[in-house]
Amino acid sequence: MSGRDGFGRLVHAEWTKLRTVRGWVIGLVLAAFLTVGFGMLGPMGSQIACDHVNDAPTHSCHMSGPPKDATGQEVDDQSTFVHRTLTGDGSVTARLTAFGGLYSPDGGGSGDPSNPTAGMTSGLQPWSKAGILVKDGTATGSPYAAVLATGTHGVRMQYDYTHDTAGPNVAVTSGAPRWLRLTRAGDTLTGYESADGATWTEIGTADLANLPQSVQVGVFTTSPDFAVVKSSFGGSSTNTGPSLATGTFDQIAVTGQTAGDWTVPAIGSAAAADGGPGALQGPEAVAGAVPSGTGGFTVTGTGDIAPSAPGEGAGKTPESSLAGTFGGLIAVIVVAALTMTSEYRRGLIRTSLAASPRRGRLLAAKAVVLGGVSFAVGLVAAGIAVPAVTAVEHSKRMYVYYASTQTEIRMVVGTAALLAVSAVFALAVATIVRRGAAAVAAVIVAIILPYILAVASVLPAGAAEWLARVTPAAAFAVQQTVTAWPQVSASYTPTNGYFPLSPWAGLGVLCLYAAAAYAVAHRLLRRRDA
Amino acid sequence: MTTGTANPPPAIAVQALRKRFGATAALDGMSFDVAAGKVTGFVGPNGAGKTTTMRVILGLDAPDEGRALIGGVPYGKLRRPLGHIGALLDAAALQPGRSARNHLLWLAHSQGLGAKRVDEVVAASGLASAIKRKAGGYSLGMRQRLGIAAAMLGDPPVVMLDEPFNGLDPEGIFWIRGYLKALAAEGRAVLVSSHLMSELEGCADHLVVVGRGKMIADTGVAELIARSSGGRVVLRTGARAEATTALAEAGGTVAVTGPDTLTVDGLSSEEAVRILNADGVPFAELSAHRASLEEAYMDLTRDSVEFRAATTQTSTQASASGEVA
Ligand SMILES: Nc1ncnc2c1ncn2[C@@H]1O[C@H](COP(=O)(O)OP(=O)(O)OP(=O)(O)O)[C@@H](O)[C@H]1O
Ligand SMILES: [Mg+2]
Repeated sequence: MSGRDGFGRLVHAEWTKLRTVRGWVIGLVLAAFLTVGFGMLGPMGSQIACDHVNDAPTHSCHMSGPPKDATGQEVDDQSTFVHRTLTGDGSVTARLTAFGGLYSPDGGGSGDPSNPTAGMTSGLQPWSKAGILVKDGTATGSPYAAVLATGTHGVRMQYDYTHDTAGPNVAVTSGAPRWLRLTRAGDTLTGYESADGATWTEIGTADLANLPQSVQVGVFTTSPDFAVVKSSFGGSSTNTGPSLATGTFDQIAVTGQTAGDWTVPAIGSAAAADGGPGALQGPEAVAGAVPSGTGGFTVTGTGDIAPSAPGEGAGKTPESSLAGTFGGLIAVIVVAALTMTSEYRRGLIRTSLAASPRRGRLLAAKAVVLGGVSFAVGLVAAGIAVPAVTAVEHSKRMYVYYASTQTEIRMVVGTAALLAVSAVFALAVATIVRRGAAAVAAVIVAIILPYILAVASVLPAGAAEWLARVTPAAAFAVQQTVTAWPQVSASYTPTNGYFPLSPWAGLGVLCLYAAAAYAVAHRLLRRRDA
Repeated sequence: MTTGTANPPPAIAVQALRKRFGATAALDGMSFDVAAGKVTGFVGPNGAGKTTTMRVILGLDAPDEGRALIGGVPYGKLRRPLGHIGALLDAAALQPGRSARNHLLWLAHSQGLGAKRVDEVVAASGLASAIKRKAGGYSLGMRQRLGIAAAMLGDPPVVMLDEPFNGLDPEGIFWIRGYLKALAAEGRAVLVSSHLMSELEGCADHLVVVGRGKMIADTGVAELIARSSGGRVVLRTGARAEATTALAEAGGTVAVTGPDTLTVDGLSSEEAVRILNADGVPFAELSAHRASLEEAYMDLTRDSVEFRAATTQTSTQASASGEVA
């Protein structure tokens, strides 16, 4: 006797049933093709104006994409940094005595090279930054640690772009200056802050194993774009505009073995280096540092030192390669539901129940087979789609955002699990309603419809987010690679690929629906006359 | 009856089943036993509750009251049920896109049996040449054979078939009759339902007659026919008047049923021969009338026919075919 008390026999029988109906086998193979095929449609269909103009790559071609840090994570790394060299252990201390900024609430620059900040409104952005920085040189994407004040998020310690530790939530004004300190001991950097320069409070530590002996230390200021998301039916739109921030530092002290004098970026030097259109008319034109008072600096900067969130048109997210999942999912749902409803339609359910009078086990065996097969189909489909669609995107000269191997495995395995749990859900609903069309429609309305509503920009962001949280469509979070960084303001909506729940929690929502439907199906199957 | 050793439980025991579907009482205290080694006909008019009884036996429908046991065990407690009882309820219950062989294969797998057993039952069913074809393309007769093959997968001691003759041609009916008799001869219990008694003629050893959800008669076929035949004699003679006088004087009730045919009630054939010979009345043929199973059945179910009009019509056709056969 195979299996525990004959359960293995039932699984074997259900597997034989599934594989011996050609339509169902075709449906499952089709599920894999649809997953890959629909994923291809996106990049295939967009013959981007990104190709070549007179054989030269155009600027809008994101082949190289944003700068990356050592792990491959896309980052923004633009600031005005007054720095000097520190070799070995030491510390840097500074007092931030004033912090203010300007921004353009409705986009654009002044258009007037003689007055680049004309028309800008006074005020800081929530994540405008001014503080002290210890960095492996000035190359973009290099490792760093910083202690900084922000526009509205208080004093913080940040390092290596993605790490962020909150300190006291105070605003820095000329009436309430703030002391900031970073010490280096080997690979360990420790951040401190103080209201008076006498009593110091530790904010956090950073272990920067790849920091060289000689690093650049000093003070910096930067300020990300102004962004406000307007949400309405028909989708949400984002209003953005450039901004700048100015921090005034004094009491700058570096201990340890220093060499050379301060490197002070001149006003406009970044704009000159950029050379891009409009650089001389926007905040970059006034970015730079000037010495002030006794050994201090007034530093004006624009940009950000933070992880880069994939924005519209800036490139493809890795999960865009799985955009065809919904197609494969529909095929899996149809097959899973029909395996049950066709038994009811033909009266075959009586043969099945006569062969297995313990009805719960029959349902369990069906769930095991459908779940297992759908998982395998999902694994193959996603395993092909991720590299294949990404290859097409590359061939179309699109930039594809970074995902770690671990994340890619989670995307693939998660997609397989999404199909498997959906198949069990469809089986349960089919057992409850016993009609093929009704079961398929119900499950598609439960999973696919909210997914499409959430990701197509038709609903206000709040409604889309709600759908992606409470409906079975939450499970698509398992494919998400983009991170909604708390330290970066952006439009983190499902439309832009940001699901409100974490990958496995989102899948968990679908599991709850499937489990509830399964419990009802189990009960009904046992109680009903066949 | 011996003491000390318990009697083996009946192959199928149906005990006081009651089952209502809304306002209809499909089963109203149905009780009977099915013994091994015999073909038991399960007969009754349409709607008498035969199919419902079989569903309850297979644990498909839950009775409101009562229970059914297979070899003393309720169906739900059987761990390899097809090894205890093989059943054919609905020959059309097939996935059309699946081949007949694969249909048998999954059923075999569900019982821990392999393809070898499938090949054995296929050989016995006479379907071997068509077994790879899709079940959706099967004729009704082929489906019945396939259903019987499926019922035999577990080599069960009890076989239960619901209306296996339905829609079969004479050759098919002949095949099933022979098959069922062979199964009974192997010592198996065979329960086969029909609403046409004529189909069971020459096949059933025992009858369970039901009507309106109840058992009406539980009897051997030989006894039933003997009882219905009574003491009727059929006589063919040129001297109709003399024969009538002689037999009526001896106490018989004589009816004229044809130009040279008489039917005599109340006298045995031996008595009739003796009287006619004594009076010197010539006759061409004299025979004891043997009631058909159909007639015996009609006698029994006269009171319990649920759908009178429909049943009358069916019976007329049945009588006609019964005479031919
Ligand atoms: N699922 C059901 N729902 C409602 N009524 C039912 C159901 N099954 C059977 N019945 C009713 O129960 C009664 C007995 O039906 P059953 O099918 O058992 O009769 P039967 O003896 O098999 O008749 P037939 O010779 O026509 O096959 C009938 O009145 C029938 O209408
Ligand atoms: Mg019936």
